[in-house]
Amino acid sequence: MAQLRFSTIAKYFILVVLAIFFLTPVYVMLVTSLKPLDEVSLNTMWSLPTSLDFSSYTHAFQELAPNFMNSIYLVVPATLLSAVLGAMNGYVLSKWRFKGSEVIFTVMLFGMFIPYQSILIPLIQFLSKVGLYNTIWGLIITHVVYGLPITTLMFRNFYANIPDSMIESAQIDGANFLGVFRHIMLPLSISGFVVVAIWQFTNIWNEFLFAVTITNSDNHPIMVALQNLSGSQIVQWNVQMAGALLAALPTLLVYIILGKFFVRGLLAGSVKG
Amino acid sequence: MEPQLEVKQQTELKRKTRLSKDRAMAVAFLAPSFILILIFIYGFIGWTGWVSVSNWNTLVPDFSFAGLKNYIYLFGDYRFQADLRNTVFFTILFIGLVIVLGLGLSILIDQKLKGESIFRNIFLFPMALSFVVTGVVWQWLLNPSTGYNKFLQFFNIQPKWYTDTKILAGFEWGQIEFGLPVAIFAVVIAAVWQMTGFSLAMYLAGLRGIPEELREAARIDGASEFQIYRKVILPILMPITVSVVIIMAHISLKIFDLIYAMTGSGANFVTDVPGVYMFETTFRGNYYANGAAIAIIMLLLVAVFIVPYLISSRRGDQ
Repeated sequence: MAQLRFSTIAKYFILVVLAIFFLTPVYVMLVTSLKPLDEVSLNTMWSLPTSLDFSSYTHAFQELAPNFMNSIYLVVPATLLSAVLGAMNGYVLSKWRFKGSEVIFTVMLFGMFIPYQSILIPLIQFLSKVGLYNTIWGLIITHVVYGLPITTLMFRNFYANIPDSMIESAQIDGANFLGVFRHIMLPLSISGFVVVAIWQFTNIWNEFLFAVTITNSDNHPIMVALQNLSGSQIVQWNVQMAGALLAALPTLLVYIILGKFFVRGLLAGSVKG
Repeated sequence: MEPQLEVKQQTELKRKTRLSKDRAMAVAFLAPSFILILIFIYGFIGWTGWVSVSNWNTLVPDFSFAGLKNYIYLFGDYRFQADLRNTVFFTILFIGLVIVLGLGLSILIDQKLKGESIFRNIFLFPMALSFVVTGVVWQWLLNPSTGYNKFLQFFNIQPKWYTDTKILAGFEWGQIEFGLPVAIFAVVIAAVWQMTGFSLAMYLAGLRGIPEELREAARIDGASEFQIYRKVILPILMPITVSVVIIMAHISLKIFDLIYAMTGSGANFVTDVPGVYMFETTFRGNYYANGAAIAIIMLLLVAVFIVPYLISSRRGDQ
């Protein structure tokens, strides 16, 4: 019994130590961003602020607000569009397989893993040609297209769990391809849409490479603005920390509120699902 | 009799035309996405490949054929050789730590301790953050004159983290000193902090799927807890380990934003990676052909891992 208790304590000890380590970045972000400017020095990084001061948040907000809005304008349509297309593809690839559809699926899936550097130069040439370079719409199209493999995969695995017999009985009742999709699949897809939307929202919000290469200053999404803020020599690091927290807030909130669905998306991304 | 047969035939005919109509609709549903992927992924990769063997190394596009000139240049280039070295060590350390930490934590959390969901959430939340946020914060935490070094003062150790230019066990190799760049550890710590949640979630799902009877049976056979994990559980979790390794490998090979936000190339390119080099040489230096060549090399490296994985896991699926 004593041995058992010891092992339990040891387990808790390891978990607590690692949990503290995992939380230190959050602690430093919070503490630093709440300090008044004259308390921000490298020597007192770990100490609590003597008084709460939100001026770094107002400063960071002033710097980042336009880019925050750019990210909203980007992430909402891109998430919705890629989810709808993913649902359509997933429906066909799970319930209407035809000769070659499995090959098509594998060909699509590969796109999930490529380094986007390998399509970036042509993409930018293309977007400039069609007049979408340095526009939010250019970024939206980019994220929809390169999000297709993952949303298709997620919906295909999700729909595979809906029994074929439901579809067959609907067909006997006279429902055609679209009817089955609208009246059987879509009503059953709500949790699928939540998982896919959270996944796409998080990924597109956090994305950096497309954001920094396809847009210029005024159209930069939030992550590029944050990177510029931290790269600039004149910006104090309490403002940087406040900025990092502001930029992270939407996805953090989604994780805190809908964490279960986020984890489901995480697991669905590993191909087999 | 006859009219009834006719009706039957007619409904059969109707059903068939409807089915073929439905099939056509199915293809029409899928076609736009598939065409987009063919163009934007495969077509663009082909186009990048073409740029990589062209002479386009100025602002003005020049698609004249250069042969393998850009590739030969890269493999003889100090910076690119350093990138390959850094990628090798970053990948090994990153994957190893993510696997060990994720597996260890998942086993601990799976012990039905109180507060397991709190711990799970603490280890998982960095997954929801951007690599840029991670980079900005860890740049300060591992800044040699502040951050963790303030604590390490008590133990009289003051690592130089990402500002260290030392190469451990180095030897001359091409233009560079090949060996473990100490500065890479700083970036690895940040990346592991962010991605451990992924392997934790994967392993936890795997552990939850193992029926209790299996452990019971091993216990009855006289196996110790440690033996049960080594001989029974770990082999069952093997496919998960393979998935985690492949997914982490492809993330590691194409990593860009974390390093760009946290350290940049570093002195002597000790923290540089192909993703950062590609970005800077293409979009800051206008060496498009060189950038395209780096991108193609990155793609090939990723493909070495991903293609066999995709093919085998798709086969298992059918």
